[in-house]
Amino acid sequence: MNVLIIARLTLLEALRRRLLWALAGLTIAVVVLTGWGFALLTANAHERAVPPLELVVAVSQLLILVAFMFSFVLAMTAAFLGAPAIAADLESGVLQSIVARPIRRAEILVGKWLGLVAIVLGYAVAAGLLEVAAVDLVSGYLPPEPLGASLFLGGQAIVLLTIAMLLSTRLPTIAGGAIAVVLFGASWISGVMGGIAGVLGLDALARTVEATRFIVPLDGLWKGAVYALEPPAFILLATSAGERAARVAANNPFYAATPPAPAFLLYAGIWVAIVLGLAAWSFARREI
Amino acid sequence: MTSQPDGHGLQPAIETEGLTKRYGSTVALAGLSMSVPPGQVFGFLGPNGAGKTTAVKLLLGLARPTGGTGRLLGAPLGDRSVRRRVGYLPELFRYQAWLTARDVLWLHAQLAGIPLAARSAAIAEALRSVALADREDGRVGTFSKGMQQRLGLAVALLGQPAVVILDEPTSALDPIGRLDVRSIIRGLRDHGTTVFLNSHLLGEVERVCDVVAIVDHGQVVAGGPLDELLGVSTVRIRVTGLSAAARAALSAFGTPADEPPWLVVRGCPPERVPDLVAEIVAGGGRIYAVDAGRETLEERFVELLTRPAQPGESAASRAPS
Repeated sequence: MNVLIIARLTLLEALRRRLLWALAGLTIAVVVLTGWGFALLTANAHERAVPPLELVVAVSQLLILVAFMFSFVLAMTAAFLGAPAIAADLESGVLQSIVARPIRRAEILVGKWLGLVAIVLGYAVAAGLLEVAAVDLVSGYLPPEPLGASLFLGGQAIVLLTIAMLLSTRLPTIAGGAIAVVLFGASWISGVMGGIAGVLGLDALARTVEATRFIVPLDGLWKGAVYALEPPAFILLATSAGERAARVAANNPFYAATPPAPAFLLYAGIWVAIVLGLAAWSFARREI
Repeated sequence: MTSQPDGHGLQPAIETEGLTKRYGSTVALAGLSMSVPPGQVFGFLGPNGAGKTTAVKLLLGLARPTGGTGRLLGAPLGDRSVRRRVGYLPELFRYQAWLTARDVLWLHAQLAGIPLAARSAAIAEALRSVALADREDGRVGTFSKGMQQRLGLAVALLGQPAVVILDEPTSALDPIGRLDVRSIIRGLRDHGTTVFLNSHLLGEVERVCDVVAIVDHGQVVAGGPLDELLGVSTVRIRVTGLSAAARAALSAFGTPADEPPWLVVRGCPPERVPDLVAEIVAGGGRIYAVDAGRETLEERFVELLTRPAQPGESAASRAPS
């Protein structure tokens, strides 16, 4: 009950922020502009009689690039919603009278987390489906799993949000936000490095990078979003074009030959639960 | 401080024994021992940095002691369920600026576990008691600092808690606001609520508190019922022409001392002042002024905190028995 009270309060507070509404406005502008771009591409391809499969591949790859932009926006949003969640309220004094109530610190933390998860997941699903609908409308390409792609992007945001909230129990807002953003960047670079190592056959480096992917499970979730946006025919093409071509494709950060393994998804869920548990423990131990 | 009589043989509302808090090598609280009788207004005084706010945080479980023990309404410090019966106004008070006064109280009523059926009435009563009833729909962000402190007081009073802990409750209030707070505190006492008032405004404490404890360097240096702490009645007289024999005879009324231009007689009960005056006149003294009273809390406070410790005397041992 207390968790839901705090979750509702957090959700309402976040919805009042101008930043969020500015983000919503910008998102609509991005959907309109990219939709216009996809319309131009499609019209141009039809004029030149480009084969339908090539057009589908081009549109899907561009859509994945747009998804990458959304992934970045979501990551920033999650980091800057999570980093002040506890720290700012402690600094301002808002939490002082709340923690003196008969409520567990863990309930405050999980309540805030739930409220912010609702925000980032809501944004990911709304923005993702809107973009996919716009692309479908102007180009006729509908990815196989639009909702799945949005949920994977939202999952990435939840991972970052959870880290940012853990940091928020001990660090000031700016420090926590900066570290969360750096972790996102490092995870992305690690994915790219892994790809390069895979293409060049540097197995030791590839294995090391593979291991680091599990420290923060962002890259795997990104691959899930990519897989959900790809046309099945493209996967078939990439995997049937010979071993070397398949290897290059498999290590492209904007391509995924297979969906994330259920074990990985389970791992990502457990990872979030553990980090959230750590955040609750850290907040409970924090002296106010 | 010595243990206070617990009112009517009831369990103390708050008691601590050797409560200690260290932050690294810094000692914020050095063995605080006190007992707050139920239903009384307890003034917790001390200079800045004496450990007052640290003590409040330990009482509420916002920080953990590094030594000693304590009980709040019979429950060990840090017990969560007892907080249902405790109201708290923090020194650093801040409430969600985007909520209305009523929303803030609704949130706290939910968290305090006030049943839904009683919630609206409890909120209305709390708002009325701090004179914010006509601003219940005003957003906190539009409130002045003083109004926000009133709101904080309403939050602390919500649901008629058994203990109300007020940390500098009038720091943002104007004189009228302070008067209101004093009246609220007296009202709480009349209803049997224990009030723990943490303040450095000595005049305010003197006006409303029944019992006080003065802390310095994390220890209680004096405490007890206010009447006892402020000690003996003192009569100051401006007099000339008093013979040595007549002056010596004043010892029957108290301890005379010359503090020019005053002759001060300490320990003279108020009811004996007319006799004292008559004795001086009979002894040939010409009286220009008589000031009968007792030490103010401020005088006592300054005396305690500026008096150099005697060799072998610890701060705690200066507390009166």
